Amino acid sequence: MSEAVATTETTEVEEPVIDLALAEEVIQKYKDIPGNLMPVLQGIQDAYGYVPRITVDYVAERLNVYPSQIYGVLTFYAQFHLKPRGKFIIRVCMGTACHVLGAERIKESFYDRIGIGHAETTPDRRFTFELVACLGACGMAPLSMVNDETYGKMTVQKVDEIIKEYSSLPI
Amino acid sequence: DENLLPADWPFFTRQTRLVLANSGRIDPENLEQYIACGGYESLAQVLHDMTPDQACDSVVQSGLRGRGGGGYPTGLKWQLVRKGSGSRKFIVANGDEGDPGAYMDRSLMESDPHRILEGIAIAGYAIGAEQGYIYVRGEYPVAAQRLRKAIKDAERAGLLGSRVLDSSFSFRIDIRIGAGAFVCGEETALLASIMGRRGQPRIRPPYPAEAGLWGCPTLINNVETFGNIPSIFSIGPQAFNAIGNGKSRGTKVFALCGEVVNNGLIEVPMGIPLREIVFEIGGGLANGAAFKAAQTGGPSGGCIPAEKLDTPVDYENLQALGSIMGSGGLIVMGEQSCMVDVARFFMEFCLDESCGKCVPCRTGTVEIYRLLSRICNGSASQRDLQTLEQLCQMVKDTSLCGLGAAAPNPVLSTLRWFRAEYEAHVSQRRCPAG
Ligand SMILES: NC(=O)C1=CN([C@@H]2O[C@H](COP(=O)(O)OP(=O)(O)OC[C@H]3O[C@@H](n4cnc5c(N)ncnc54)[C@H](O)[C@@H]3O)[C@@H](O)[C@H]2O)C=CC1
Ligand SMILES: Cc1cc2nc3c(=O)[nH]c(=O)nc-3n(C[C@H](O)[C@H](O)[C@H](O)COP(=O)(O)O)c2cc1C
Ligand code: SF4
Ligand code: FES
Repeated sequence: MSEAVATTETTEVEEPVIDLALAEEVIQKYKDIPGNLMPVLQGIQDAYGYVPRITVDYVAERLNVYPSQIYGVLTFYAQFHLKPRGKFIIRVCMGTACHVLGAERIKESFYDRIGIGHAETTPDRRFTFELVACLGACGMAPLSMVNDETYGKMTVQKVDEIIKEYSSLPI
Repeated sequence: DENLLPADWPFFTRQTRLVLANSGRIDPENLEQYIACGGYESLAQVLHDMTPDQACDSVVQSGLRGRGGGGYPTGLKWQLVRKGSGSRKFIVANGDEGDPGAYMDRSLMESDPHRILEGIAIAGYAIGAEQGYIYVRGEYPVAAQRLRKAIKDAERAGLLGSRVLDSSFSFRIDIRIGAGAFVCGEETALLASIMGRRGQPRIRPPYPAEAGLWGCPTLINNVETFGNIPSIFSIGPQAFNAIGNGKSRGTKVFALCGEVVNNGLIEVPMGIPLREIVFEIGGGLANGAAFKAAQTGGPSGGCIPAEKLDTPVDYENLQALGSIMGSGGLIVMGEQSCMVDVARFFMEFCLDESCGKCVPCRTGTVEIYRLLSRICNGSASQRDLQTLEQLCQMVKDTSLCGLGAAAPNPVLSTLRWFRAEYEAHVSQRRCPAG
């Protein structure tokens, strides 16, 4: 686990070139509704996979709000990401039902296998790892997800299988 | 394959299904199927035969109380918003469902979205609003997508939108998606989030009923609360009121999980003894373990010990035990569960989710967590135990919102019922649960 925590290469990932037309499309969609900042930022994240810095300035100008206000919102909510993320997002549920049925062990084995901690991304941008609280399918605890795929009744062996499966896919 | 289970199992026969009547029986993406089960008849009845005041009165008579956890009388809240003064009024359905170990709201939104829309529309007519929002937790994309489709279908059928069912009532519903902040389930934080701000709570009063979205009177109810509304009008407020116990009327949906044989969503009449839930519906503990405690109310709740298994499950009785009804998470724990560890687990959750606005919660949860960790790993002193109790009381009394105010509950309740276990950790430096 200590090994996992030390990995912070994520900051070195270079930002790709950003096409602001996508951001403009999102703004057009929401520009007339009250309280549109959240939907706009969520739309931008959907379009780019994260919220690129340059789009923040763009939104600030178009919606006539301060960038600081936007960063205030972006940093408050756990689901906004200011950096590019991995192709496969691994989520491990740490909710109550999962905790009672051994989520700690699942978390540790993911740490051991992919060597990154919570909210970190592997340098090759294959995996992003996240700990979450209750995925809302407690009947299948302990629970993990990879992107939209759900894996219930997790075991250490299943962790190995998942890593193997997603390591063999192209990125 | 759920259909293959024997229908005479206690798991099914002990339940009373009002809110979940259609769940699993109809295709949630098919409006016709909802209508075939009597859907939107309540809305039609209210629009054509009742004044808004009569609609509010019916909800008062039903005895329905908020299913988001607080249990505030729903009809009373509707009347307050109805009487409130403001240029416009709004409705918000709280589908943020943050309690870990609870998924009732998710299920309801995914399995019967029209029921929620119908409930919201009835409320819209009753309080005089033209716009409603459903705030859906970010982790629930399927729920959001089904609600969106349901709204579109209902608008096309004239059940939402302008001049609903040819009446003079017009009503729109929009979906807003959360972005991963537990505190946004708290109503004032949720309203801030809808208005595009950081989701931080503010001091109440004024309650949202007086000053909510953009300063206007706003009715905010949990999605399960709204899910009860069509039933109140279809079976009648008296029939609804006939179900339940004491001041808790109707049914409650629970997410039964943990070390119990039958995991799953259950809907039971309020006042049902806890023992019946765990041993008859739940089929007892898995692997033959002995029952130790049931946790209700998530990070704001507490543990109920074995000697209180006959307690009727309702707002007042759970509160008397130092737990709460909460939103419906019900986690069963066997003899091997360490109660200090459970308390620490919830405290870790709260310190992670604290929004940082007020000091008692921001720093208090961290300190309590440290003390609990020390107790868990056997390095705590008697004095730590005293400090723990004092600190819990202080955080409870002085936090700004319900997150901080309720965060000490799991500690206080386990201290109350399982004090010997804390003592063993401190004096013998061992965990009696193993
Ligand atoms: N569903 C979930 O995932 C979670 C639920 N909760 C629950 O939330 C509850 C705490 O929420 P709060 O909103 O702080 O509860 P509360 O008891 O203060 O309020 C409940 C409702 O009644 C209304 N209300 C209360 N007094 C009023 C008055 N005098 N005038 C007008 N309206 C009034 C409030 O506006 C609110 O809508 C806890 O019981 C807990 O169980 C907590 C965390 C997560
Ligand atoms: C920290 C915190 C989180 C909350 N989360 C939720 C939630 O996820 N869903 C919900 O309906 N109510 C939640 N509540 C309660 C709401 O503030 C509010 O009481 C509720 O939505 C009112 O609806 P009701 O009267 O129908 O219960 C939360 C309260 C607190 C203090
Ligand atoms: S009690 Fe906690 S969550 Fe609530 S306002 Fe204070 S710091 Fe924020
Ligand atoms: S606690 Fe893990 S899915 Fe609910």
